[in-house]
Amino acid sequence: MTSLVIAEHDNASIKTATLNTVTAAAACGGDVHVLVAGEGAGAAAAAAAQIAGVAKVIHADGASLKDGLAENVAAQVLSIAGNYSHILFPSTAAGKNVAPRVAAKLDVAQISDITKVDAPDTFERPIYAGNAIATVQSADAVKVITVRTTGFDAAAATGGSAAVETVAAVADSGKSAFVGREVTKSDRPELTAAKIIVSGGRALGSAEKFTEVMTPLADKLGAAIGASRAAVDAGYAPNDLQVGQTGKIVAPQLYIAAGISGAIQHLAGMKDSKVIVAINKDPEAPIFSVADYGLEADLFTAVPELVKAL
Amino acid sequence: MKVLVPVKRVVDYNVKVRVKSDGMGVDIANVKMSMNPFDEIAVEEAVRLKEKGVVTEVIAVSCGVAQCQETLRTAMAIGADRGILVETDVDLQPLAIAKLLKALVDKEQPGLVILGKQAIDGDNNQTGQMLAALADLPQATFASKVEVAGDKVSVSREVDGGLETLSLSTPAIITTDLRLNEPRYVTLPNIMKAKKKQLDTFKPEDLGVDVAPRLKTLKVAEPAKRGAGVKVADVAALVDKLKNEAKVI
Repeated sequence: MTSLVIAEHDNASIKTATLNTVTAAAACGGDVHVLVAGEGAGAAAAAAAQIAGVAKVIHADGASLKDGLAENVAAQVLSIAGNYSHILFPSTAAGKNVAPRVAAKLDVAQISDITKVDAPDTFERPIYAGNAIATVQSADAVKVITVRTTGFDAAAATGGSAAVETVAAVADSGKSAFVGREVTKSDRPELTAAKIIVSGGRALGSAEKFTEVMTPLADKLGAAIGASRAAVDAGYAPNDLQVGQTGKIVAPQLYIAAGISGAIQHLAGMKDSKVIVAINKDPEAPIFSVADYGLEADLFTAVPELVKAL
Repeated sequence: MKVLVPVKRVVDYNVKVRVKSDGMGVDIANVKMSMNPFDEIAVEEAVRLKEKGVVTEVIAVSCGVAQCQETLRTAMAIGADRGILVETDVDLQPLAIAKLLKALVDKEQPGLVILGKQAIDGDNNQTGQMLAALADLPQATFASKVEVAGDKVSVSREVDGGLETLSLSTPAIITTDLRLNEPRYVTLPNIMKAKKKQLDTFKPEDLGVDVAPRLKTLKVAEPAKRGAGVKVADVAALVDKLKNEAKVI
């Protein structure tokens, strides 16, 4: 029984989502191998070999893998899938894109967004926006899984000394092509890995106010900035900052929700945070039902005051 | 070119579901059901492509119990030309749905299949990708913009760091994200017209697909409850609590 983890990386380094996935893979029992598929990703493969608990790194390098196109990455995974009992992807945009393709080609059910491994064939996963936890058992020969990264601790990034084995990259499918990428520039901690998140909602009123009010607080706390769907739809914040059922799922040490009412879909993305603070002027806002500390106040006065008091 | 739009009947997104006391599932008897919100966006996009003249026919498909007809009628009221219901009482999992859709893709030969990125009940986010794999077609998931030009379709996708754009050769599979469009409201005259549109019904056996579930649900439980929180009087009290009680800053 051996597990294969598909690494999330930027060619130079390994993203933390991979470390959480390695922990989940170890919980399935047996050896853990990591696949690093990319172009010029030697440094990432070397970094993967350092992860504690990894027995082997498989490095596939080629132009077809440069932009992580689902067709090519899935083919790369399938080329070595025969050796594994479990194939795990982090539940990120990239992982969710490729994993079901692999599962369907293997004719197995995929298990999405697991939060716990009960046994090598039994997993827990949230359904209905996190309002219920299902325990599911798979009878398939290969378990294809995506891992909710906030459900598992990160494996140590150093301390391992796995061998790196090189395999040939698959040929390009020719059916899809990468055109371009618009990356949101940010020097803040990554939302899904941040220890503290300050999140703003519709009550901020405009993009200028959003930046003006939330940025100083984030700077003071060294926090990542998140947003509710209402704030994103209104154009106050870019959409990759959305926290919720269909955005990012986060579980920081401290989550400060300012001007967010707390719809079911938003709570689904943040209710596993250790400490939740809500700042809202509506005493009936549902966010207060999950907040450890609630402050009933106008955020335009409370947030600047908070920045001063810190 | 034809477009196939799979739609799912799910518990309405505003309903807070309850876990059944026997721990075998979620209580959905007598709960309001609607079209999955991402699927509404998919139907809207297909209809807009038709209005632009790049698409000739929009076919809505739903798999599940007989009541899924209502969901199909909603899709037809938005503007789908006809509907296909694959009727079964079996609990359908994404792989089974993808196989049913593959059979329909073979039959109807659409140029595009537009699905929602995930259904808000199972939260799986699998069916579109699985269909793409089974039909051996290119995929663009989490789409926020779709442009058809000749036999290529250009799709902007919402990814973790921002946006990326792909160019796919048709036929292709697209799954919708929230930002793709704002679905229109259905009007009463369109609801009446939708009742007259063609709706074909098949059984999974007619399509030669085995829909037996692969994953067994052992139990369904309530998530852990959070302890009751406190309200603080002012910012000073909040900072004090965070520093000295919760020790998070």
